[in-house]
Amino acid sequence: MRLSNILYFFREAAKSLSRNRLLTFATISTVTICILILGMAVLLSLNAERFMSRLESDVQMIAFLDRSLSDAEIDEVQEEIEKIDGIKSIKFVSRDESLRELQETYGSQYDLKATLGKNPLPHTFEIEAKNPQDVPKIAELVYRIPGVYKVNYGQGVVERLFQVTHWVRIISLAFIIVLAAGAVFLIATTTRLSVFARRKEIYLMKLIGATDWFIRWPFFIEGIFLGVVGSLLAVALLAAGYGALLQNITSMAIITLVSDMAVLGKVYLALVGTGAVLGVLGTYISLNRFLNV
Amino acid sequence: MLVQFYNVSKIYPNGVKALDDISLKIDRGEFLFLMGPSGAGKSTLIKMLFREELPTRGQIFVASRSIVRMKRSEVPLLRRNMGIVFQDFKLLENKTVAENIAFAMKVVGASNRDIRQRVPEVINMVGLKGKENCLPTELSGGEQQRVGIARALANQPLMLIADEPTGNLDMETSQEIMELLFDINRKGTTVIMATHARELVKQAHKRVIMLERGRIVNDTPHGESLV
Repeated sequence: MRLSNILYFFREAAKSLSRNRLLTFATISTVTICILILGMAVLLSLNAERFMSRLESDVQMIAFLDRSLSDAEIDEVQEEIEKIDGIKSIKFVSRDESLRELQETYGSQYDLKATLGKNPLPHTFEIEAKNPQDVPKIAELVYRIPGVYKVNYGQGVVERLFQVTHWVRIISLAFIIVLAAGAVFLIATTTRLSVFARRKEIYLMKLIGATDWFIRWPFFIEGIFLGVVGSLLAVALLAAGYGALLQNITSMAIITLVSDMAVLGKVYLALVGTGAVLGVLGTYISLNRFLNV
Repeated sequence: MLVQFYNVSKIYPNGVKALDDISLKIDRGEFLFLMGPSGAGKSTLIKMLFREELPTRGQIFVASRSIVRMKRSEVPLLRRNMGIVFQDFKLLENKTVAENIAFAMKVVGASNRDIRQRVPEVINMVGLKGKENCLPTELSGGEQQRVGIARALANQPLMLIADEPTGNLDMETSQEIMELLFDINRKGTTVIMATHARELVKQAHKRVIMLERGRIVNDTPHGESLV
């Protein structure tokens, strides 16, 4: 492509943008609002995702062993468990340890050993799965090993949790798609007005023998400009708002927000990219009808 | 042969039959009038030349290329062989005379150097020297049509297609425009002109094709049908 043509495309786009200043302003603000809401939805689902995967990774199994097992038999059980696919870690907790932990939660005023006489607790294994979704399956396998008389993992609750997280993911994805479609529609409306204002010029260009791409470029640049400027403003607002939120909330420590700059940077970049894509898409939709000459 | 129509018919989606089994040939360098009452099919025939309309039946060749089989992407190249002159001029109001002509070259990808060289040439050719920097609104109707013709000539087309180019002009100005078109034709460009203006055609002694209700009713090499 000739350099003078590229300059021409940019000049035409700039002319059109400055000629319809009010419309340019209106579109940029709508894109800003759209991308801002989209960005908030993304950050929200990012944090929800993080929160949910933490919840999920907290899911661990406790296998209770028969009290009659000898040390050698306990080792055998451990070997059997380690053979199961998808296990991340396994930790032996002796009955004495368990009692000590229990004692700690009750405090020193209450002597468990004295009350109970002897230690009633069994030896246990704490098992973590690589993939939390596999927990119920692994628990079933562990339960089948001789010497294990019970496996606990919060049966029922875990299945419910996975169901909830599954739906939260689908709903937030649908929400984001609806918002993006709204932004495309808005940009399409704006560029349609600007295309409509120049339909005679476009017709003339077509009859003189301009290629479709020659006609499209200035409008695309216009659309991309609207999308990128709008989304840059949105990202600036979003970054400022989220930054302030991070500072205020880290002191509370109950909820930890995603604060990794590499992750956030990618999100912001993706939002600006989305703005550009929405601009192109909106322009494409409104332009094609007029090119069919 | 520059243009060939073989049994071309056009029926619009609303059922109107605009052209009915038209066959004709146009040679390189010809000057051709298309005449006939409104709705006879002149505009449809003209629009088929630059493929704004496709025939319902039949085959059309322009410079040995089939318009019917042509791909969408090849249409711009076809149109670069033609200069189109409109009844309502279709000049861009916010551009000067020179800019209007440069625009036509720009949109087909001409270099700035070629544009700088060619624009004064065609402005001279149509006799508008000194008006380069006028806006269309500052010109008379005849002058505006001269800009339209200059724009059509800018890309050195094989043929000039004019649909009622004098339709908005008075008799005297029309005759001046005709002289300009004859002049362009003498220099080798094929000219195809649709018109209602019987007087102009009569004076010209050029080939005349008469259309009526979508059919060719007369095709005379020097306009004898009008005498």
